[in-house]
Amino acid sequence: MIAIVDLGIGNFASVEKALEGRITMSPEVLDRADKIVLPGVGNFGEVVEQLRPMRKTILRKISSGTPLLGICLGMQLLFPESSEGEGEGLSVLQGQVSDLPADASPHIGWNQVFPKEGNTLLEDIEPGSFFYFTHSYYVNPENEAIITGRTEYESNDQVGAFPATVRRENVFGVQFHPEKSSANGQRVLKKFKQL
Amino acid sequence: MLAKRIIAALDIKEGRVVKGIQFKKLRDAGDPVELAKEYEVAGIDELVFLDITASREDRKILLDLVKQVSREVFIPFTVGGGIKTVEGVRQLARNGADKVFMNTAAVDDPDLVRKSAEVLGRANLVVAIDGKKTEEGWEVYTHGGTRPRSISVVSWAQRVEGLGAGEILLTSMDTDGTKGGFDLELTSSVAGAIDIPVIASGGAGQPDHFLDAFRSGASAGLAASIFHYGEYDISEVKKYLTNRGINVRQ
Repeated sequence: MIAIVDLGIGNFASVEKALEGRITMSPEVLDRADKIVLPGVGNFGEVVEQLRPMRKTILRKISSGTPLLGICLGMQLLFPESSEGEGEGLSVLQGQVSDLPADASPHIGWNQVFPKEGNTLLEDIEPGSFFYFTHSYYVNPENEAIITGRTEYESNDQVGAFPATVRRENVFGVQFHPEKSSANGQRVLKKFKQL
Repeated sequence: MLAKRIIAALDIKEGRVVKGIQFKKLRDAGDPVELAKEYEVAGIDELVFLDITASREDRKILLDLVKQVSREVFIPFTVGGGIKTVEGVRQLARNGADKVFMNTAAVDDPDLVRKSAEVLGRANLVVAIDGKKTEEGWEVYTHGGTRPRSISVVSWAQRVEGLGAGEILLTSMDTDGTKGGFDLELTSSVAGAIDIPVIASGGAGQPDHFLDAFRSGASAGLAASIFHYGEYDISEVKKYLTNRGINVRQ
């Protein structure tokens, strides 16, 4: 069973449908899950509060090897803190969650993802394929080796890049919304399902 | 690099699409879910649902629809129309709307923009502005374009950006329905005054209108009838834009 963590705001019917998962706030259900998805809509500070009752269970599941996929804010929650708001993230990955430059924020729309070789979830995806993003913050991992894919953006006529996907062992994060990225996104979710 | 977006708008009344849609393959052209799915396959980048249901008691019908779309359609969609409270915003998000837009309520109570942005995350709140040209510039209209508000469109856009709006859905009442092209002057005035994305709306009639809007600073172009009635395929518009150096999703 794939458990989709319910964070109060937002609706994850599209993730639920694509993964045939189960939306839950219950630590007991999470405990029984074979895989966990941490979706993300909302504000870092608010969502951290929603997560609190499930925090211990999620951390235990991660350390016991259960595959976890953080989507958008769900990926940012894997880090210790965010410039978006107060509150303690899961600290499963180390680094910062920072603001995109003002003229590139919010970063809304379809952008291209360039996966590195060996990116498990994006194995079937052509480099430069489009995925849907909607965010104002991005992750900046301490260990660059966990960055498995990048996306470029323009700010002050310069090209910048942020991590589009990260992975450390059984923990996966995607900054885009696979559940909103039409056929490409479905492919990524299917890969996660088949892990 | 971030692509320019082509967005289709659907007017919804009591859970049904109201403008006559003429997609050939549809069994039921009034069914928003079926139409949205068709649009996804056709390559639209995003959908906007405008609820024009007069009675607020019918809110549940809209929420059910939103829920159904979120289960069946795998591209982003924005919902708005008649939202007056943070609770209303929360309900739409809770039922599956990726983004929520507000228009009249934002003008009546600007603090609602700030509060809603806090709930949704800034990137997911859209403020819709209907503007009409006057001698001094453009004036904001509310209540479905029936009520002038003596506010300048450009300064209102700047204000809502400061309050936390993530995008502006900018409709020109002067070009809306004309099919003569987007209001480029209005689009560039607003896009030049703010950092957040501007969705140009009103007047799309052919592919080069999107090109002009993007060159005027729009991040997205919204249209209804030219796609609904099958006058142009979305892929045709995108091909036209790609050939002219505009980055669009293929």
